[in-house]
Amino acid sequence: MRYIDEYRDPKIAQALVDRIHAQVTKPWVLMEICGGQTHTLMRYGIDELIGEKVELVHGPGCPVCVTPIEIVDKAVEIASRPGVIFVSYGDMLRVPGTRCDLFRVKAEGGDVRIAYSPMEAVKIAQNNPTRQVVFFGIGFETTAPANAMAVWRARELGLTNFSELVSHVLVPPAIRLLLNSPSNRVQGFIAPGHVCTIMGYWEYKALVDEFHVPIVVGGFEPVDLLEAISMLAAQLEEGRAEVENQYARTVSFEGNRAAQRIVEQVFEVADRKWRGIGAIPMSGLRLRPEFAAFDAEKIFDVEAMEAPEPAECISAQVLQGLKKPVDCPAFGTRCSPERPLGAPMVSTEGACAAYYQYRRHAASLVCVQ
Amino acid sequence: MCLAVPGKLVEEQSLGDNRLGIVQFGGIKRSVFLDFVPEAQVGDYVLVHVGFAISRLDDEEARRTYQLLEHIGMLEIEDPAFAGDPGTAESLAAIRTK
Amino acid sequence: MSALTMSCPIPAVARDHVSLGHGSGGKLSAELMREIFLPAFRNETLERLEDQASFSLGTTRVAMTTDSFVVKPLFFRGGDIGSLAVHGTVNDLAMGGALPLYLSTAFIIEEGFPMETLRRIAASLGRAASACGVQVVTGDTKVVDKGSGDGVFINTTGVGVIADGVNLSASGARPGDAVILSGFIGDHGIAILAEREGLEFDSPVESDSAPLHTLVGEMLQTTRAIRCLRDPTRGGVSSSLNEIAGQSRVGIALDEAAIPVREEVRGACEMLGLDPLYVANEGKLLAIVDAAVADELVAAMRRHPLGRDARRIGIVTESDPGWVTLRTLLGTTRIVDMLAGDQLPRIC
Repeated sequence: MRYIDEYRDPKIAQALVDRIHAQVTKPWVLMEICGGQTHTLMRYGIDELIGEKVELVHGPGCPVCVTPIEIVDKAVEIASRPGVIFVSYGDMLRVPGTRCDLFRVKAEGGDVRIAYSPMEAVKIAQNNPTRQVVFFGIGFETTAPANAMAVWRARELGLTNFSELVSHVLVPPAIRLLLNSPSNRVQGFIAPGHVCTIMGYWEYKALVDEFHVPIVVGGFEPVDLLEAISMLAAQLEEGRAEVENQYARTVSFEGNRAAQRIVEQVFEVADRKWRGIGAIPMSGLRLRPEFAAFDAEKIFDVEAMEAPEPAECISAQVLQGLKKPVDCPAFGTRCSPERPLGAPMVSTEGACAAYYQYRRHAASLVCVQ
Repeated sequence: MCLAVPGKLVEEQSLGDNRLGIVQFGGIKRSVFLDFVPEAQVGDYVLVHVGFAISRLDDEEARRTYQLLEHIGMLEIEDPAFAGDPGTAESLAAIRTK
Repeated sequence: MSALTMSCPIPAVARDHVSLGHGSGGKLSAELMREIFLPAFRNETLERLEDQASFSLGTTRVAMTTDSFVVKPLFFRGGDIGSLAVHGTVNDLAMGGALPLYLSTAFIIEEGFPMETLRRIAASLGRAASACGVQVVTGDTKVVDKGSGDGVFINTTGVGVIADGVNLSASGARPGDAVILSGFIGDHGIAILAEREGLEFDSPVESDSAPLHTLVGEMLQTTRAIRCLRDPTRGGVSSSLNEIAGQSRVGIALDEAAIPVREEVRGACEMLGLDPLYVANEGKLLAIVDAAVADELVAAMRRHPLGRDARRIGIVTESDPGWVTLRTLLGTTRIVDMLAGDQLPRIC
């Protein structure tokens, strides 16, 4: 497949690995912020290939994992109501709330459906005028334009039975929070290539200037990530701190203006709680007041539930890159994808889940099989 | 996050005010919303995420950087780990030694 | 700027209801078996946990298996619930090295189901049985209230005879053995998904639903040094190989580059974020054989219409017992884990 296979070429990958080995003279800690990139790194064992001098840690790059438990609880509550058709992306169905997940709601008789695209939910609303259709609008900036377009189209069609439960998160505020943390070890970032396809990379300039930390926009195939790592290594070895773009075949400085426009028209920036991290100001999106008729949180009067205190989950440290999933005493034993204790184990893109799925046979811990 | 897959735009349609297209990924075709890529034309490659094209792939740029990477790759001495046809006794024996 | 707080509320995961994941052939299915059914039905034959049960009636070794078919849509490219019901059970018998002889079928039909559709399904089932040389000798029909079923569910139970000297078992794999796959994977799962999701293909993907007993017959004629056969249905190649690795207490190491996937299936999987190793097949088999006879066996398989694309895809190892590992295109190693429930299309 074009634009995929070339970027999985083993010879090119090996050449980049060798280049990284040749470049690096000191240990460096790099972080990638995107679950899809974590997935590729684990799946292809790239952290093994580049050796010990470059340590890869994984940031809070999985919007499924960082969706606050309160929102999952609201989703479960809404989906359980009679007459509601609850439509969601597949990854969200297994995210546990306080009581249960959406899969369980389906098992108990709720009409919960998986959609590949938010426009499918709009179609469901058109075809089911007597039912309330609610779409679970989560994601980073990449998914915001599509989720916005669904609301826009619903308004165009004059639908009165469609709404979205919105929980969008933004990447740059998360990076800023990590960089401001006194315990931060990260010296260079791979910025998420698909978020930047929408947003461009102009936002990262401020971060680079303020914190003097190099940021390279990276793609998702092994060759992309290796090239991005090599570019970061070069900057670090040379003492530079700039924004560079490895994923130039799709990312531009300004990003996709058409997509940004619809997001600006439908959503506004708001404070957001990130599961496993806490509240980050101005780090999320919510529907603008003029779209209140499509805002599921306003339409369905759902009580906010208090989520119980944590015990074993160390996800805050994992998401900051201070600990690896295998460092967690509960990893693979009390905490697994079937019985997750916290955010990074919840979705297949979370750091703990990625380690669990691809690597845990190498961990020295006893694992449940 | 953000599973977005590159595909070739092979046909254009419209649905009300939305611009739709048929995009081909490998051997499979899917209907995709083209509202965010007004400049894309049939024959272009686009990146698709949750049913929407989010960018048009810059063929020139891709070709340029890829040629550079290929050049680096060709300077590499062949690694014995990659030798042999997949599935043969040689390549399978290579797995065993790891 | 507030410091990062360490709050991550523990979610509750109760397991007091059956969910869809329990039927997907992965870890949850295994859990159901272990925690509900095995304790209730204790006996030695069952506890071997093969895809078919084998026991003796007098001097004859008999294999018996049962399977239920709940596929939606009922009709798809390459088959329908009727033919699937025959092939699925014939294949489970064949994986035990048995010659399939007799089938029973039980239909559970939803009130209001169109008679013409039922006729079509029955005709297809009959044709498939005939083509396999098996007879449908007994059956049952129940009708349930509208809304209680998905149109129609079919259960088939099959009985066959195992020849002398044939001893196939998931606990028979030994370090050094070769792992052979009979052809392209992911066709059935993607064909079904395509119908459900309205995916269009240049050359449409067809279900590979087919009876494998004559292929198995050829294989057993060629050599008796076959340890184990499995058909990778729900849960895909991953589930079958993980089961074998677990029961034989060996490792299985696969070569990613060797695993055959059709272009169209690959495209669909890339698009939806699915891994072909977890996608269902209905006309493929995995064979664990003595490495010394592997090449000969592959050659024999390729002479049969259902084995034209057979190839070696891995080896059985002493290291990493219980695990299936994969050497990636880049030469690194990762595990191929058994999924908990069904694979879900992802946005991430």
